[in-house]
Amino acid sequence: MSWAETLRAAGEAVRAHRLRSLLTMLGIVIGIASVILTVGFGQGAQDEVEEQISALGSNLLIVSPGSSTDSGGRRGGFGSATTLTLGDATAIADETAVPDVAAVAPVTSAQTSLVVGETNWTTSLVGTTTSWPRVRTRTLASGRFFTEAEAAGAADVVVLGPDTASELFGGLSPVGESVTASGRTLTVIGVLDSSGASASGSSEDDVAVVPVGTAMAISGTTGGSVSTVYVEATSADTLSAAHQEVTALLQTRHGVTSEDADFSISTQESLVETANATNETLTVLLTGVAALSLLVGGVGVMNIMLVSVTERIREIGLRKALGATPRVIGRQFLVEASLLGLAGGAVGVLIGVVGSWGLPPLVDQPVTLSWLATGAALGTALALGVGFGVYPALRAARLTPIDALRSE
Amino acid sequence: MSAPIIALEGIRKTYRSGVVEHEALRGVDAVIEEGEYVAVLGPSGSGKSTLMNLLGCLDSPTDGHYLLAGEDVSTMSEPELAVVRNVRIGFVFQQFHLLASQTAQRNVELPLVYAGVGRAERRERARAALERVGLGDRVDHRPGELSGGQQQRVAVARALVTEPSLVLADEPTGNLDSRSTTDVLDLLDELHDAGRTIVLITHEHEVAARSRRTLVVEDGRVVRDERVARRSLTARLAADEVVAP
Repeated sequence: MSWAETLRAAGEAVRAHRLRSLLTMLGIVIGIASVILTVGFGQGAQDEVEEQISALGSNLLIVSPGSSTDSGGRRGGFGSATTLTLGDATAIADETAVPDVAAVAPVTSAQTSLVVGETNWTTSLVGTTTSWPRVRTRTLASGRFFTEAEAAGAADVVVLGPDTASELFGGLSPVGESVTASGRTLTVIGVLDSSGASASGSSEDDVAVVPVGTAMAISGTTGGSVSTVYVEATSADTLSAAHQEVTALLQTRHGVTSEDADFSISTQESLVETANATNETLTVLLTGVAALSLLVGGVGVMNIMLVSVTERIREIGLRKALGATPRVIGRQFLVEASLLGLAGGAVGVLIGVVGSWGLPPLVDQPVTLSWLATGAALGTALALGVGFGVYPALRAARLTPIDALRSE
Repeated sequence: MSAPIIALEGIRKTYRSGVVEHEALRGVDAVIEEGEYVAVLGPSGSGKSTLMNLLGCLDSPTDGHYLLAGEDVSTMSEPELAVVRNVRIGFVFQQFHLLASQTAQRNVELPLVYAGVGRAERRERARAALERVGLGDRVDHRPGELSGGQQQRVAVARALVTEPSLVLADEPTGNLDSRSTTDVLDLLDELHDAGRTIVLITHEHEVAARSRRTLVVEDGRVVRDERVARRSLTARLAADEVVAP
């Protein structure tokens, strides 16, 4: 019996038991669709984070105090140490020591409560210099950023993030109004543009930016330690040169070597790596769960095929009496199982593709369809059909024709 | 003279369930020549079903030799037997054993599928076989749309389509009313007249009486071998057994 005939017979059998075939396929359908969607969600989240980090600018160095960067690019204890100071930032800004640096923005960050009349809103207070909008690529929606003079004099001025502004002032324009932070009255001089969606929620838009001296006065810290220093290289090409210069400078200033460095410098690239490492872990985990459901689907196929062998024992007996060899019978059941697997896989891929197109607007999460994962899922579906069809096929092939024919 | 279609030599068949042994056949010897119409008659439990299974190569004897058209099939493996069944034997079963989901045409084609016959030829031969059993106008009907007698005629067409050496009918009228019984038995008569070798297994004397030779099986042995002289066509016409051409 030719493969074409086998395929035809298998197709007839699948069609003859429509509902059962459909239910059998369901397990595979769900498994394949969930694999495609979880991989798609993981990929989508990864793409989004990468996009955000690239928005930081490719020629940005982020200097953090404390622990060093490990080989995997993961940083520990962010902001937990106080080894980075305003003096360091000033030194980095010195053009003769670090010629490849274009701009430097030290940042202190703390949680603080802003009060406007009866309204109270807790936000992150960022103390920085006039270079901050440039290195963070932020623009102003209204008003202005503080000046060098205001920065130097620790003036009581504040630039609010768009979310902070709307929380405190509703729809009204806050420029010129006053907010109180820890007893200090600050004049709102500007409102930032939205930075767009962020991997970590909208915290980039919920912020109060003040001169660094003002921030230290509000949070009551002394000693001039900062949590981050943003350093912009003159261009992407000079980034690694700037990296080395800043490293050398800080090592000299702190009297440390690369082994016991009390600061770490990340680049956009290393941030992407870190973010991806986290995302990948999640994606692998979710895909594992989806793969498990695929396995359950495969067991379902086997189960149904075994039931099918038992139920169609007389048909098998008849086919054998009419001259079907054990091999032909086994092949028919195997092809049937493969057909179920493949059909289930195809429907699953369809649902996955449609889902990856239709779901993102509903759940506000990007989905990037991976054709590799889709192809692999289809292959897996076929493999499941074949793999879990082997045992039922062997059972069917081994039936003796007479037992099969006589069974009632 | 060519080899007999069937030659049984000391056939024994023992079934074992646990420690209990049951000897279904205790040494059967029989020779059936080409073109014979033989009934195997016996009550239930006599061993005739076991004999039918062995004759149909659906089972192998515990002991003894079975030569089918000169070929010893008693020691063949299942894949070899499958081919022998396909080529040599046409089965007609009591329960018809048609595939419910398929048309009469496809049912009749089935043995040709396993014989590796191409689609066009299969179609042609299946149609011819259905014409021959008088169902030329029912080729696209499914078994559920046919009467019991018609279903059994489809089964006969399926048994004929491969041009087998032997048509083996196992209680072919057991599930039929008397009218359909006559129909099917007439059909077997016609096949015999056309030169087919037919072995009919039955427990009914009336059915066995239609054959030319009766092997009576009792207690696992052939106890009688009765031959009926072939009556002349005129005598049979007079008895209304056949319709004049």
